Amino acid sequence: MAVMTYREALNLALREEMKRDPRVFVIGEEVGLYEGAYKVTQGLLKEFGPKRVVDTPIAESGFTGVGIGASMVGLRPVIEMMTFNFALLALDQIVNSAAKMYYMSGGQYNVPIVIRGPGGPAHQLAAQHSQSMEVYFYHVPGLKVVRPSTPMDAKGLLKAAIRDDNPVVFIESETLYAVKGEVPEDPEFVIPLGEAIVRREGRDVTVVAYMGMMYRAMEAAEELEKEGISVEIVDPRTLRPMDAGTIIGSVRKTHRAVVVEAGAGFAGMGSEIAAFIMEHAFDDLDAPVERVTGANAPMPYARGLERAKTPSKERIMEAIRRVCYAERS
Amino acid sequence: MPRTPLEPRFTVEYLSILDSDGNLDSALEPDLSASELKRLYRAMLLGRRLDERMVRLQRQGRIGTFAPIKGQEASQLGSVCTLRPTDWMVPSFRETAAMLWRGWPIEKLLMTFAGQLEGTQPAPDQHDLPITIPVATQLPHAVGLAYAAQYRGDDVVVMAYFGDGATSEGDFHEALNFAGVWHVPVVFVCQNNQWAISVPLKKQTHSRTIAQKALAYGLPGLQVDGNDVLAVYAASKEAVDRAREGGGPTLIECVTYRLGVHTTADDPTKYRSEEEVREWERKDPLTRFVEYLRKKNLLEEGLEQQVDAEIAAAVKRFEAMAPPDVLTMFDHAYAEKPPELLAQRDELAGRLRGPDDAGSAPEPPSSPPMRGQRKTSRWQN
Repeated sequence: MAVMTYREALNLALREEMKRDPRVFVIGEEVGLYEGAYKVTQGLLKEFGPKRVVDTPIAESGFTGVGIGASMVGLRPVIEMMTFNFALLALDQIVNSAAKMYYMSGGQYNVPIVIRGPGGPAHQLAAQHSQSMEVYFYHVPGLKVVRPSTPMDAKGLLKAAIRDDNPVVFIESETLYAVKGEVPEDPEFVIPLGEAIVRREGRDVTVVAYMGMMYRAMEAAEELEKEGISVEIVDPRTLRPMDAGTIIGSVRKTHRAVVVEAGAGFAGMGSEIAAFIMEHAFDDLDAPVERVTGANAPMPYARGLERAKTPSKERIMEAIRRVCYAERS
Repeated sequence: MPRTPLEPRFTVEYLSILDSDGNLDSALEPDLSASELKRLYRAMLLGRRLDERMVRLQRQGRIGTFAPIKGQEASQLGSVCTLRPTDWMVPSFRETAAMLWRGWPIEKLLMTFAGQLEGTQPAPDQHDLPITIPVATQLPHAVGLAYAAQYRGDDVVVMAYFGDGATSEGDFHEALNFAGVWHVPVVFVCQNNQWAISVPLKKQTHSRTIAQKALAYGLPGLQVDGNDVLAVYAASKEAVDRAREGGGPTLIECVTYRLGVHTTADDPTKYRSEEEVREWERKDPLTRFVEYLRKKNLLEEGLEQQVDAEIAAAVKRFEAMAPPDVLTMFDHAYAEKPPELLAQRDELAGRLRGPDDAGSAPEPPSSPPMRGQRKTSRWQN
C-alpha cells in the first residue's frame, strides 16, 4: 500500500493500463501538453507519446464519436471530459451510439470506452458546471456508471472500467482530487464493477451515499454515535449495474434507510434506491426511506447559496434521527 | 494598410464525364474494364429493382419503414466500388446499393427493415458499420476507424456516407475538422439529393456548394454529377488513392436526386412538384449508363430477369424465416448480462412459457408477518 491522492491514483491506473495494453489511449481536451485540466494525465504524454495521449479540438461530440469508432475496431480509448457537464454536448454519441452499437450491430461491435472526468458540486463552479451528471447516464441500458469515492476505488475501478467490454461512464469529483488514502501498488489490483462496499458498520440505520456525500455522511455518523445511533454507511461505487444485494442486505439488518445525494432530488439516484428498497425489503423496514438531496434548483454561484443547496451534515443527521424516531424536540 | 488577398486562393471543381444526354468526355473517361463496367451496371440495376421491390413489400405490410435509394445508385456504387474489402464503409440509412456491393445478402437487408436484429449484424470479416439513424453521428465514428488504422499502421481507407441535410449537423463539421487536423484516411461522400425530407437544399445551407465546406477544414472538396457513375467513380478513386497514400481526407459532393419518398412514411407530393421530379427523371443515372454500355456493346440480355429472380429467391428465403426469438432482446444490451437484466429475462421467459407450466412462473412475493409498528394492516380496521 502507498498513500497517495485520488488524482495520483487515477493517474497510476491510467499509466498501468497503458503499459499493460497497447490498445489503451487517452483522448480529450488538454490531456497532453497541459496534462489535463485537473492534472490527472500528468506525465502521460512524455511517457507514451502523442499517438496515445491525444489533444483534441474542443468538440466533445466529435472526440467521443472518434473514440467510439476507434473502439469498434478493438482500441480501448479513455475519453476525458474536462468536466462531465460538457458531456451533454456528446450526449447523442454516448446514448445513441456508445450504448447501442453493440445491440444494433447484433453483437458484432462492442464499444469498450471509458468516459471520465469530474462532476457534481465543487467549490463555486456555478450552474452549468456543478451538476451531478450520473443521473443523465444511469438511465440508459448499455452504459455502466461508476462514481468512485476514495483513492483506492479510483484506481481499482478505473482499471476495471478500462478492462470492461462495455462503455463506462466514470465520474470523478473536483473536490476529491486532493483527498489522500491508501492505494495498493499491485498493477493487478482491480475492483470489479457492480460491487458496493460497506464503509462503516452500524446497527440502527443504513445510509447510502457516495462521493462527497459519503464523507459528509461519515461525519454525521460519528456525531450520531455520541447520541447512541449506530449508522451503517453503504457506498454503491457502481451505480449501474447497482449492487442491490449489499444495500438490501444492510437494510434487512438495520431496518431503516437514508439515501443521500448531492444533486437535485427529482428522479435522482435516491428515488431509484428508495424504490428498490421498497420493492425488495418493504417488510423489513421500520420507517419510510428518507432521501436527503440537493435542492431542485440550478446551482448558485454565491458561496453561501451553494452551501445551502447541497445536503449538509445537519440535514443528513436530521434525516437519520427521523427514521430512527429519535427526533429531538 | 491595404487589404490584401490571402494565398492560396481556394477553388471548388465540378466533375461530369457522362452527361444526362449521354455525351461522354472521353478525355476523362475512367479506365474500367468491360467486366468492371458490367458488374457496376448489374449492381445499379439490382439496387434499383430491390429498392422498388422493398417499397412494394412495405406497402403490403411485409417489411417495416424503409428509406428508398431510387435515383442515387450512381452516387453509391461509383464511390463504394473503389474500396477494397479490407477498407471500411460507414453508411447512414439510405445506402442499400452500397451495402449490397459490400456483400450484405438481400435477405439481411430485408431482415433489417423487418426488425430482425440479425439483419443489421455485419459478418465477422465484413468491414462495414451497421446503419445509423441520428443524422451525421456516424461521421465521427468514421474518423475514429481511420484514427485506429493510423494508430495500428493498417493499410485502410474509410468511406462515410451522409446526405445534404447532415451537413448542417455539428457532427459533420466536427468530423471534417478532426479528419483535417489528424490527416486521416477518410473519404466523406455526401449524397446531395436536394431534399432533407421536406426541406430543400436552399433552406439547408446558404453555401453555393456542399463541396466548399471542406475548404474551411483544409481538405479538398469536389462536386460531381452524382448521377454520372463514371464521374463519381473517377472522383472517388482519386480520393481513395490519395487517402491510401497518406494524402489525407476528401469531401465529395455527389449532386443527385431522391426520386422516391424520404421513407415509406413520407408523401413528397406535399412539398415538391411533379415537374421537378420529371426533370430529374430525365437525368436518371441508369438511363445514361445503359446508353453508354449499349454503345460499347456491353449490355447483357435478360439481366433484369436474372436480378428479379435473385430478389424473388431472397424474399422467399426471408419470408420462410421464423420470427425473432423475443428473448433475444436482452442479448446485446451489455457484453455480459447484469443481474437486473437476467431477472427481467427470466421473468419474461416464464411468462412466455404460459400458465400451463405453473412451476416456471415467478413466485409471487410472500407476505411475512409485518415487523414493528406495521403489525396492524390498515385494511383490517
